[in-house]
Amino acid sequence: MSVPNGVTHHILTVLVENKAGVLSRVAGLFSRRGFNIFSLAVSPTDDERFSRMTIVVDAESAPLEQVVKQLNKLINVIKITEVPPEEGVERELMMVTVKATAEARGQVTELTAIFEAKIVDVGFDAMTIMVAGEPEKLDAFSDLVKPFGIVEIQRTGRIALPRLARQPTRLRAVRTARA
Amino acid sequence: MKLTGAQALIKSLEMEGVEVMFGLPGGAILPVYDPLIESSIRHVLVRHEQGAGHMASGYAWATGRPGVAMVTSGPAATNIVTPLCDAYMDSVPFVCITGQVPYKVIGTDAFQEADTVGITMPITKHNWLVSDANDIPRIVREAFHVATTGRPGPVLVDVPKDVSNQTMEWYWPDKVDLPGYKPNVKGHPRQVKDAARLVMEARRPVVYAGGGILKAGASAELLQFAELTGIPVVTTLMARGAIPDEHELCLGMPGMHGNYTAITSMQKADLLVTLGARFDDRVTGNPATFAPHAKVIHVDIDPAELGKVRRPDVPIVGDCKVVIAELVKAVRAEQEKHGRPDLSEWHATLREWQQRYPLTYQQEDGGPLKPQYVVEALRANTPDDTILASGVGQHQMWASQLWKFKQPNTWINSGGLGTMGYAIPAAIGAKVGRPDRMVWAIDGDGCFQMTAQELVTASAERIPIKVAILNNAYLGMVRQWQELFYEERYSEVYLSPDLPDYVKWAEAMGCVGMRVDNPDDVVPTIEKANEIDDRPVVIDFRTDYREKVYPMVPAGGSNDDIILGPEFGEGGR
Ligand SMILES: Cc1ncc(C[n+]2csc(CCOP(=O)(O)OP(=O)(O)O)c2C)c(N)n1
Ligand SMILES: [Mg+2]
Repeated sequence: MSVPNGVTHHILTVLVENKAGVLSRVAGLFSRRGFNIFSLAVSPTDDERFSRMTIVVDAESAPLEQVVKQLNKLINVIKITEVPPEEGVERELMMVTVKATAEARGQVTELTAIFEAKIVDVGFDAMTIMVAGEPEKLDAFSDLVKPFGIVEIQRTGRIALPRLARQPTRLRAVRTARA
Repeated sequence: MKLTGAQALIKSLEMEGVEVMFGLPGGAILPVYDPLIESSIRHVLVRHEQGAGHMASGYAWATGRPGVAMVTSGPAATNIVTPLCDAYMDSVPFVCITGQVPYKVIGTDAFQEADTVGITMPITKHNWLVSDANDIPRIVREAFHVATTGRPGPVLVDVPKDVSNQTMEWYWPDKVDLPGYKPNVKGHPRQVKDAARLVMEARRPVVYAGGGILKAGASAELLQFAELTGIPVVTTLMARGAIPDEHELCLGMPGMHGNYTAITSMQKADLLVTLGARFDDRVTGNPATFAPHAKVIHVDIDPAELGKVRRPDVPIVGDCKVVIAELVKAVRAEQEKHGRPDLSEWHATLREWQQRYPLTYQQEDGGPLKPQYVVEALRANTPDDTILASGVGQHQMWASQLWKFKQPNTWINSGGLGTMGYAIPAAIGAKVGRPDRMVWAIDGDGCFQMTAQELVTASAERIPIKVAILNNAYLGMVRQWQELFYEERYSEVYLSPDLPDYVKWAEAMGCVGMRVDNPDDVVPTIEKANEIDDRPVVIDFRTDYREKVYPMVPAGGSNDDIILGPEFGEGGR
């Protein structure tokens, strides 16, 4: 599911020290202020001392500014970049197990091809398909296979990077603080 | 050189220049208490870990150096949670060392195991769980660096017992490497210039001075700025003493129980020069109606404070001492070009308010003893540089309102958290840090009962503090709210004037105990207390329980609606 329409969503990419407890420090700051983290992806970076978190929150921008500033105060947080949705490249990975008896198998395979997805496992009456791409594409795929019956679905949460070159990225939520 | 983790910890504390620590041993911290015997560090053995934490805090307030406390795991760690939270709210540099169950059994519900790092994560500036004795010197260095730089605050280092027993090769790191921690000290020159311009344009400016002034040691700069510009200064509860109360530009305390002139000056101001203050709700009342005409310059070392409550016209991230000095330079340059703005009309208005709406109370001869009179008598009969600590409640407000502060860092209280029981341990910590000073605590009868046992510590360690209990037999501040806002329906606020018997209790704890009922005895008893220098003194002042703290802005109300008190008639509005 992507963020419901009409709700401002924010994507923060947060470079953190790769240390025990950092995730709970970061998560704690959000929960203390009543923010729901919509999705969260954590992964190592090319420098083993650091990890990158991609955090999607739905929020009005004023209170988010406060969260971003508080995040900045965490000793383990190195850098925060807000990626405005229109200025970022977002991708997500989904694996979905769909009921697919012999008769349905063809239709599911067809959808898989259209979405440039991949069949990663096949059973007697079900198939597991991997889809990667923009979150909306994943939404569309899961909507389309729903009628066949979804057994299980898992998504990674999105990761994002700023689009290149055209515009310098800026810290939207913290711009007033950079005095 | 091979050391155990425990030896390395003590040696690291010595390397950091720690002279004294407050604590109480137990199972998980036992290994660390052993090398303490040979250490140059003085250890003050408390009677409850909460006491250790507040002592460390009082020490830090009085000396500007970080306070250190050391306790064991589990219940000891949870006992020190309140002081950590208190220090976090008031930005007090405080390094707390806790013992932990052995690293290899963490997570098994071992005896006296508590997730100390998890519990204290939201109430420390940072905390560390040590997993390897080789990390100890580095972590201790980092801990002191984080606690004392930028916006100061409490930090905690949790040391498992097996890590304390592990051997390591001693080293001392020559620098701190924290890639995510780079506090900005120096204000941005363009912002400073913009601020100076606003200062030149303002005709009704007010300096809103907060605790950041004292943390930065910027009292001299504040005074210089005020005198250069002629801008009057309000000092918040956290900043009392930042500029002497008797200075003609000092307007005293604003906020819920501030004086009329301090509160109203901000309401009518066209510029707030906010220095190390954070627009706390106890200062602003309803923020929507706070200082509605004022442009805002906001200087703070913590970028997160800028715009948190009130969006500043000129935000400046930086250390108050550095930024105010830069501001002085910038304003002086402007004044050389354009002359000094004429604020005489504003000064006249303020003076008129001060005359019309002073802080008042009536002490009748032979009548019930007024708490305000006790505070004024204490001030008049103690040295200028006396350090005053207080608890939380009515007595705290009277102390803050009526004590004439003459020097910075002479006022110690629990501002942000409002921790009852703060006064006695904080006063002890202050006296340990400044043995040359007279240290008084003004305490409530309710507060006293929360931490009085630390007077045993004070007696045993020969820390001669003096405690004035303003004994009104009530949880007075709560009673005041019930009287004013709950139709005098008093619910669970009566304590009794003589249960406990405070004099006997004081004596049982090795202190001198005295009692005063009559206004005539106030000054002689204070004089007697001042002469005692070999043990703590407790004076039980039996004060009038009906007395209320005025002025008052009801919680959440507008600062335009000040209740002045009965002496001003018509409900005192
Ligand atoms: C630990 C704690 N518990 C409760 C409160 C709420 N509270 C604030 S003031 C107060 C009354 C304090 O009574 P006392 O110490 O006698 O001071 P007084 O107001 O009578 O001067 C209470 C209960 C608090 N601030 N801290
Ligand atoms: Mg009382």
